[in-house]
Amino acid sequence: MSSTPAAQRQEQRLPQSRGSRKSRRAAWLFVAPAFAFYAAFVLVPLAMSFYYSFLRWDGIGEARFHGLTNYITVLTDPKLLQIIGNAFQLVGYFTIIPVVLGLAVASVIRGHMAGPFGTATRTILFLPQVIPLVAAGIAWSWMFANTGVVNQGLRAVGLSDWARGWLGDFVWALPAVGIIGAWVLLGLCTMLLVTGITKIDPSLYEAARLDGARPWHEFRYITLPGLRQEIAVCVTLTVISALASFDIVYIATQGGPGITTMVPGLEIYRLAFAHRQVGLASALAIVLMILVLISIAPVQWFAREKK
Amino acid sequence: MTLPRPNTLVARGLIIILMILTLLPFLSMLSAALAPQGTYPNGLQWPADPQWGNFVRAFEVAKMDQLLISSGLIVLGVVPISVLLATMAGYGLAKLTTNKYKWLYLIFVFGLTLPFEAVITPLYYEVRAMGLLNTRFAIILPLIGLYMPFGVYWMRAHFLNVPHDLTEAAQLDGATRWREFWYVQVPLARPAIMSLTILLFLWTWNQFLLPVVLVQDPMQRTMAGALGAFQGQWGTDIPLLCAGALLILTPTIIIFLMFQRQFVAALMQGAVKG
Repeated sequence: MSSTPAAQRQEQRLPQSRGSRKSRRAAWLFVAPAFAFYAAFVLVPLAMSFYYSFLRWDGIGEARFHGLTNYITVLTDPKLLQIIGNAFQLVGYFTIIPVVLGLAVASVIRGHMAGPFGTATRTILFLPQVIPLVAAGIAWSWMFANTGVVNQGLRAVGLSDWARGWLGDFVWALPAVGIIGAWVLLGLCTMLLVTGITKIDPSLYEAARLDGARPWHEFRYITLPGLRQEIAVCVTLTVISALASFDIVYIATQGGPGITTMVPGLEIYRLAFAHRQVGLASALAIVLMILVLISIAPVQWFAREKK
Repeated sequence: MTLPRPNTLVARGLIIILMILTLLPFLSMLSAALAPQGTYPNGLQWPADPQWGNFVRAFEVAKMDQLLISSGLIVLGVVPISVLLATMAGYGLAKLTTNKYKWLYLIFVFGLTLPFEAVITPLYYEVRAMGLLNTRFAIILPLIGLYMPFGVYWMRAHFLNVPHDLTEAAQLDGATRWREFWYVQVPLARPAIMSLTILLFLWTWNQFLLPVVLVQDPMQRTMAGALGAFQGQWGTDIPLLCAGALLILTPTIIIFLMFQRQFVAALMQGAVKG
């Protein structure tokens, strides 16, 4: 993905010794241990997942071949469709808030990140990336509780009617979970975008200013195109964490109330280990993997095009 | 840059708002953690009589000392082996193979976006068949495998940028591949190895799904996994829960603050590459 032109050139310019049988054997010896672990704990389980997805199996008794039934269930059962839909709704919160807010913040604070103030900013904004997501879930469960800070704030500004147990509310639980994810990802995205902006040639901004460009135009025609790569990175990261979310939902809501915040990751866990529907869980797992790949592919293509 | 530009105040103000938003959940946990035991604390307020003893109680209830050892053991089991294997494979793929073997690299890269949930069910049966369920190896061994796509990708990208002349020089001196790897390549790769170590440490320490599924006993889990169990047990005792969560966070945050610069650099590069 990131191999530079120089690196590619190097790959092609091969000294003769590299193709020799001896060197090929050395290569295998260097790669084999990594490959063994990867095969044993990723490739084989993935193949097993695929195999299980065609079975009707409770994990203990006899497994029966079930054809495509599990996949048909995943793609037609209204409950499972809602769960997949929830994951995409979370993409809205996990991705759009950090990227849009991050862009806005980054373009305003561009050039103000030097010195100790910048270090402090970086340190604090990275805190959510350093702590376990579980801890973020606990902290925010308390923020969203009946007597938590969110309601305290609402009451302080006279919006007592709005106060509620956010994570137990059928309408608001999913957005609340989304806010937790946005909080976790906002700092990282902001810092990536800030770093991206510092790489943009400052003379572009000066030229624009001389031409009498308004800040909005600077943003639209210089910042935004210059940040293409960084935006793609942020979108990729946040989409993956939204679609594959597990920790936050497990801690904050367990998927409830009802299934309003249930996501595929948690549903796989529930189906496989609580409901003993290993086949259906595996089909959902394969579908989830494909959904992640399909969602990421266009972003990667978009980022690569310009290079 | 020294003279404040007109919009410096706006920029600083915005950064400060962002910092407050980031810190608010931590402060809210702290204020709850200091509320009297058994009460239901109220939002963000400094308690009249801060109960620092809650932290002592949480330390005992969570068996923090044992948790630290357990997480430490898991990190020690995962990180050095993962880094070593990924470095070797990265070197092998970047320096010893031709384009003809690109497929091998692509097989590794294929795992980069794989959600752990996609393999957790078969991993459970696999680990059970190995007789390792409920041991720390149930977390350690799969994690090494699951980190390989990123590790190999990371180290290969580094080795691709090492000039090839260096290898040739070492070979002219009669060094074997193995010696060249250890005495020439690894020392040069130190920054890349350091970043990879930091990232894998964080991801292991914070790993939640694998411990929850593969290890019943919270004392054999990672910090994050144990925190999940702690919440399950004390979820209704808000002061204790918040005190425990803060305690469990503290070691990571201390290490983060000590190596702040390296962590930030690693996280940024990790994001860009991943």
